[in-house]
Amino acid sequence: MLDFIQKLGRTALQFFEQLGQATLLLVAAVIGRPRFRLGSQLLIEQLYSVGVLSLAIIVCSGSFVGMVLGLQGYSTLVKFGADQAIGQLVALSLVRELGPVVGALLFAGRAGSALAAEIGLMKATEQLDGLQLMGIDPLRRVIAPRFWAGVISLPLLALIFNGVAIIGGYLVAVEWLNVDGGSFWSNMQSSVDFYDDVVNGIIKSVVFGFLVTWIAVYQGYSSVPTSEGIGNATTRTVVYSSLVILGADFVLTAVMFGGLA
Amino acid sequence: MTMYDYIVDIKDMHFARGERIIFDDVNIRIARGKITAVIGPSGTGKTTLLRLISGLLNVSAGKVCVNGQNVATMTRAQLILMRREMGMLFQSGALFTSISVFDNIAFPLREHTNLSEELIRYIVLMKLEAVGLRGAQKLMPRELSGGMARRVALARAMALDPQMILYDEPFAGQDPIAMGVLLKLIRALNDALGITSVVVSHDLHETLSIADYIYVIAGGKVIGEGTPDELQASEEPAVRQFLQGLPDGPVPFNYPAAPYADDLLAGD
Repeated sequence: MLDFIQKLGRTALQFFEQLGQATLLLVAAVIGRPRFRLGSQLLIEQLYSVGVLSLAIIVCSGSFVGMVLGLQGYSTLVKFGADQAIGQLVALSLVRELGPVVGALLFAGRAGSALAAEIGLMKATEQLDGLQLMGIDPLRRVIAPRFWAGVISLPLLALIFNGVAIIGGYLVAVEWLNVDGGSFWSNMQSSVDFYDDVVNGIIKSVVFGFLVTWIAVYQGYSSVPTSEGIGNATTRTVVYSSLVILGADFVLTAVMFGGLA
Repeated sequence: MTMYDYIVDIKDMHFARGERIIFDDVNIRIARGKITAVIGPSGTGKTTLLRLISGLLNVSAGKVCVNGQNVATMTRAQLILMRREMGMLFQSGALFTSISVFDNIAFPLREHTNLSEELIRYIVLMKLEAVGLRGAQKLMPRELSGGMARRVALARAMALDPQMILYDEPFAGQDPIAMGVLLKLIRALNDALGITSVVVSHDLHETLSIADYIYVIAGGKVIGEGTPDELQASEEPAVRQFLQGLPDGPVPFNYPAAPYADDLLAGD
């Protein structure tokens, strides 16, 4: 029993130590005099590799998620003769929950793991030390542009996810299952509120982008510089990110839609 | 700034990683304009020594001075200034994998100088010519062999014309031709440019053939020092063991363990 309490204490201490280190890393990377020309060039490169290269998986998954929503929603709603409400169901579940959450989970799997692996590899091959020896701060040079690229990319990717998924839902419901197209769109239009639903969804994905990218760059930067260490860092990135996304989603949903605020 | 005869002066230096003591009371001085080698078995902290000199790590006690200045008390700006005078050849080369050979060498120049692209091109070509790889300027690091990668890294380490170059295991894993080329390069660069070279290695013959002065470290201490000839003639048992590659001697080959017979009989 005593052993268990000791272990619990040690784990908690380690957790807070890591959290502190990760915070210091982020602060050191992000705060400082910006260099606009170089900074924007580095940021654009990272926006491409973090954001644009994640587009394929986001678009592909988005269309499937939308189609499944259309099918499942129809089969339930039609029993109550409410199949006209399918547009509302698809749009609300997407912009409030599925877009930000599923988008972030996919983003963690695609971009988060890639970031952790890339930074871990740069550490293992002494590229980060090389930078430091040239008098260049690797936090500003390597970590900062990747972090900002993640924070900017995920909300945009989530919006694209929503758009594609709504089209997927439309195709299934209207083109295949013969729901009336006009009521599909007008129900959606009347039920989705821009501030309550769309903006809250965007806020969610900004928060998730922040968390996922933070976890990814910290795991990469603090990885053990061996092949095994890089493998562990990528695994941990995906696991921690997924847990943090779902946990944060609960908290945010409670605040936004649960009447806590 | 006055010129010190010894560009690096390490005094009574202790360094520990957690519980493990890596260096215990080490004194090493590196003479300006010479090739100084530090040799010793694997895992004795030779790479750590280079990191201590370049300020990537800080000593636990004692001090490391570069050009008469204590590395531990330097400000960030001073550290950057010192590192610009210092090139380091990492064991893995540490080339930036996402940019070409040319851009790798141009990197420190673009970062630290205001030279025009035209001038940078001249300098990069000159450095590449010096290591015999001008033809490889457009290649990416992944397209290079191990020996070529190390020569490119050497060209990059020289890009800002440093006073001193630190070589981390430059001969490890090189074929005989690459080894010969590297040996010649290190000597030629040292003499032609008047720079100071520090070579950390466990490749005995190559190191003996190139160094002006050698320190042998084992078990966290300097166990012998001298010119190659002095070391060859040394009667110190630990130095003899290392130079002759014997498994038994003052430096243990086996990891510390209980007696073999006890272990066999213990069951478990």
